[in-house]
Amino acid sequence: MNKKLRAVIIGPGNIGTDLLMKMQRSDWIEPVWMVGIDPDSEGLKRAREMGIKTTAEGVDGLLPHVLEDDIRIAFDATSAYVHAENSRKLNELGVMMVDLTPAAIGPFCVPPVNLKEHTSDLKLNVNMVTCGGQATIPMVAAVSRVQEVAYGEIVATVSSRSIGPGTRQNIDEFTRTTSGAVEKVGGAKKGKAIIIINPAEPPLIMRDTIHCLTEDTPDQEAITRSVLDMVAEVQRYVPGYKLVNGPVFDGNKVSVFMEVEGLGDFLPKYAGNLDIMTAAGLRTAEMFAEEAQNGTLTLPARG
Amino acid sequence: MDLKGKSVILHDMSLRDGMHAKAHQISLDEMVDIATGLDEAGMPMIEVTHGDGLGGSSLNYGFPAHTDEEYLSAVVPKLKQAKVSALQLPGIGTLDHLRMAKDHGVSCIRVATHCTEADVSEQHIGMSARMEMDTVGFLMMAHMVSPEKILEQARLMERYGANCIYCTDSAGYMLPDEVTAKIGLLRSELNANTEIGFHGHHNLGMGIANSLAAIEAGASRIDGSVAGLGAGAGNTPLEVFVAVLDRMGVESGVDLYKIMDVAEDRVVPIMDQPIRIDRDALTLGYAGVYSSFLLFAKRAEARYGIQARDILVELGRRGTVGGQEDMIEDLALTMAKEKGLI
Repeated sequence: MNKKLRAVIIGPGNIGTDLLMKMQRSDWIEPVWMVGIDPDSEGLKRAREMGIKTTAEGVDGLLPHVLEDDIRIAFDATSAYVHAENSRKLNELGVMMVDLTPAAIGPFCVPPVNLKEHTSDLKLNVNMVTCGGQATIPMVAAVSRVQEVAYGEIVATVSSRSIGPGTRQNIDEFTRTTSGAVEKVGGAKKGKAIIIINPAEPPLIMRDTIHCLTEDTPDQEAITRSVLDMVAEVQRYVPGYKLVNGPVFDGNKVSVFMEVEGLGDFLPKYAGNLDIMTAAGLRTAEMFAEEAQNGTLTLPARG
Repeated sequence: MDLKGKSVILHDMSLRDGMHAKAHQISLDEMVDIATGLDEAGMPMIEVTHGDGLGGSSLNYGFPAHTDEEYLSAVVPKLKQAKVSALQLPGIGTLDHLRMAKDHGVSCIRVATHCTEADVSEQHIGMSARMEMDTVGFLMMAHMVSPEKILEQARLMERYGANCIYCTDSAGYMLPDEVTAKIGLLRSELNANTEIGFHGHHNLGMGIANSLAAIEAGASRIDGSVAGLGAGAGNTPLEVFVAVLDRMGVESGVDLYKIMDVAEDRVVPIMDQPIRIDRDALTLGYAGVYSSFLLFAKRAEARYGIQARDILVELGRRGTVGGQEDMIEDLALTMAKEKGLI
């Protein structure tokens, strides 16, 4: 039988609730606690109804229970501002942190691209980049693993309804974090990220365009095969990740056009941008659990 | 219409919106030549950046002949009286670009969002206002929503620190009554010291008429471009508008003969194609589609054999907004597959 890792979700909003619903189906992760700051929050109420322990006193309300409940992994779906403190307090108790905020204090993690690196060298905090990053960086990496990419550019178009006030108030954080990860994880020498918000009704499904400029003439056959393989990898945890058109070759430019439909757990199906974050976060934790069971990853020591 | 005795600030777009029509390939010499001509003609404001604003340089929108820094460094020191503005779209350009623009002598920042998404502009409008720049909130594709919605979004931008709000007809879709209703509501409901502006496109040939309606309803800044050099069928042609204003007794401070000469001698010679209402530009205005999609749709037609007009109509039907240029090739590919062309 699988040795499930016991988990806490911090932040009972849309992302936290969607994550909880996905986690309840997981063979590797068991949701135990949901942490909020408002006792009247709908999210905490929903979590309680789903049989999850809750506290409305923030991470401090959870800390006394971490060891007795054997909490091994935390998902932070709050904000960049409070993430660092949450992470420090939980890391001290040997809890690994999956960061769904844009804080990015730990290394970037895009599961099909670099998750193995993080499990082979245990990281106590990994960051899930941004929704646009999760949807597009696998495609940049699919090209850069075939040949050198001088420049990678991604355009994420998301429905207005799926973009919360935090992202809106600090939209530069999206462009900066995503373009950084296009370079660091995607393997492009230079990266650029653009986000477009569309208010159409009914809401449009997240769509993403990925353009790469290769250093030399692109090997069309190898790149096409690599892109199709990578799409299949992402589909393992996001079944609605769909290649709509491409790769299209124009000189050294390689373009890929994607659509990302979510599972529709708590968030609507069009919000593939949010779904791919929760799915990637959970996938990351599951990989930690699998490796821990295989003995290839040693969980932080605990008395 | 009696506008006699009013005055208006004209704002030239040929070196920013005109970049769309030139696939962002205006040379430094051409830019300086046009900007200095406008300056001598008395044009009070000139916009200079990539067509998609600061940081617009990309595969998606097109790499420009020169960086925004190079254009601004070449143009700003040559001007005697005109002020230079820079456009910025949150999600494309960042605060770093904004600081760069200020360092290069830009005195006006125009922060542009889709007409329902003003709350992505707080960071950029806030910083521009804190740097004590002339700060404009620019609500694009304003034909897509009601006057009340435009007002609600304008109030957000005003609260973030904008001293001027634009109602922007990015698709060249509006007719004068709609301009009157939208500008009129903004004028009556926003703070009295907040200026109102109008930015038109000439896709239905309404650039001049709409701009006059805007002035009558209370706008004090009007965008246009000399010789109409701009996306789609271009912006309100400023030399024509100056002549009309002159006859109507509206003060613009721009010398008619001098701006006519800039249009004829400096702008028309650099055009890659005539800026006119061809069937595709007309389709933009008729279907309510973002004007800079024009050349992308024409390119997709040439490459995939799908009529630009059909692509543009479908983009309109899908509620596409400014910045979604990537959708054009994607859609053309899908349409070509459906027709068995590829």
